[in-house]
Amino acid sequence: MQYLSPNTVEDAVQLLASRTGECRVLAGGTDLLVRLRSGMTEPDSVLDIKRIDELRRITREDGGWRIGAAVPGAEMSENADLVSDWPGVVEAVGLIGSTQIQGRATMAGNLCNASPAADSVPALVAADAVARVAGPDGVRDVAVFDVPDGPGKTSLGRDEFITSIFLPARPARSGDAYLRFIPRTEMDIAVVGCAVSLTLDAAGTCTAARVALGAVGPKVIAVKEAADILTGSIIDAATLDRVAQACSAAANPIDDKRGTADYRKHVAGVLARRATAIAKTRAGGAA
Amino acid sequence: MSKIHVTTTINGDPTEYLCEAEDTLLDVLRDRLGMTGSKEGCGTGDCGACSITVDGRLVCACLMLGAEAEGREIGTIEGMAKGDTLHPLQQKFIEHAALQCGICTPGILVAAKSLLERNPDPTEEEARYWLAGNLCRCTGYDKIIRAVLDAAQDMREAS
Ligand SMILES: Cc1cc2nc3c(=O)[nH]c(=O)nc-3n(C[C@H](O)[C@H](O)[C@H](O)COP(=O)(O)OP(=O)(O)OC[C@H]3O[C@@H](n4cnc5c(N)ncnc54)[C@H](O)[C@@H]3O)c2cc1C
Ligand code: FES
Ligand code: FES
Repeated sequence: MQYLSPNTVEDAVQLLASRTGECRVLAGGTDLLVRLRSGMTEPDSVLDIKRIDELRRITREDGGWRIGAAVPGAEMSENADLVSDWPGVVEAVGLIGSTQIQGRATMAGNLCNASPAADSVPALVAADAVARVAGPDGVRDVAVFDVPDGPGKTSLGRDEFITSIFLPARPARSGDAYLRFIPRTEMDIAVVGCAVSLTLDAAGTCTAARVALGAVGPKVIAVKEAADILTGSIIDAATLDRVAQACSAAANPIDDKRGTADYRKHVAGVLARRATAIAKTRAGGAA
Repeated sequence: MSKIHVTTTINGDPTEYLCEAEDTLLDVLRDRLGMTGSKEGCGTGDCGACSITVDGRLVCACLMLGAEAEGREIGTIEGMAKGDTLHPLQQKFIEHAALQCGICTPGILVAAKSLLERNPDPTEEEARYWLAGNLCRCTGYDKIIRAVLDAAQDMREAS
């Protein structure tokens, strides 16, 4: 195996395009190193993107935030302004592994690893986040929802990689939240994850909402029915019941050792109800 | 295959080594540099026995390539005591009997030191969450947490 560590996006793209064998992008390495060591993947080369300065930054852009693909989770949690704009996204990223894992793991790596249970992905989809992808023809922007293609698969070309993820500007009275269910309190894989992002008007009526579920299908699910129920409502108890029902219905889980399909559908509804209530409170709505 | 030449700093000392692209930093520390304080419990990021710092941030040495250390500042358990003088955390671990077999201890000490550098006065809950990625099969954790909180108090009073 060869270790490559370009200093610019252009060099990285060139290296990716010119490789004959399999080349794997290395961000935090918290998924890739585990796979390398177990022999699950045997690439001819790894391309470390952490030497590319612009990928290591969190920057404000058009009122929103651009998070470089080499930024570890810990740096996101330490950025108070980012946390205040997107508390749900940052809490989802913060759930990835231990303190040690947080020191390395990136949001883009979580997305590109394409695990159906990846914690940051529902929160990014609820946030309507956009990934910037660099390739031989320059850069293109792709909705985060369109990046994973199923377990372990992404829609990226083999000579493409994500350079950053953009979180849009927040209108006044907006809030987001992510909740996952795991059998213990730390260090486990989501049985179900649910993210909600919403905006209220001055009277407390919801003017925009997005709801997403993780770990209950081959890839993240955007629950449009739940978003439609929320939009135009004052998010009262009856609304929460309907959101929960919509999420249980949208969930399409499998039975496995961590939960049966029926149980997961039920939990999807429970988490949707709770995450919606948290997002509403964060948006300044009455509890 | 040609080896990679890496220049880095470990516990303040400029260090050079040759490694293979697939060597983890933990392999390099233990097998090439003879620094066997960092342990391999799992090799998959779950146990924290290999905890080190890279540019001041706590990470698992088993989940990082040796080649990635180029130009970085690495901190390991070997840099914790100053000569024969133990770090207050090390002293408290002995006083509280916060170790039995000792495999987890270097990683927990490095992780606890990193916690106290950021937060000199952690609550018990904060300490438990910070150390959640450090597994111990022997002590049941209570003594470890008590040693960390006691060391924190001493260090605050001393500063
Ligand atoms: C102990 C432990 C606990 C964990 N707990 C959780 C958890 O609770 N929740 C969770 O969701 N995950 C968890 N994970 C998985 C992992 O930490 C996350 O998925 C993490 O976000 C991966 O990011 P990374 O930067 O380390 O990715 P890497 O390992 O560097 O890369 C992951 C994959 O994505 C590709 N890739 C990385 N960056 C890019 C890019 N910019 N463009 C294109 N492809 C790219 C890589 O080639 C590789 O295939 C855990 C892992 C460990 C070891
Ligand atoms: S050996 Fe690195 S976390 Fe277990
Ligand atoms: S003392 Fe034996 S594992 Fe912790």
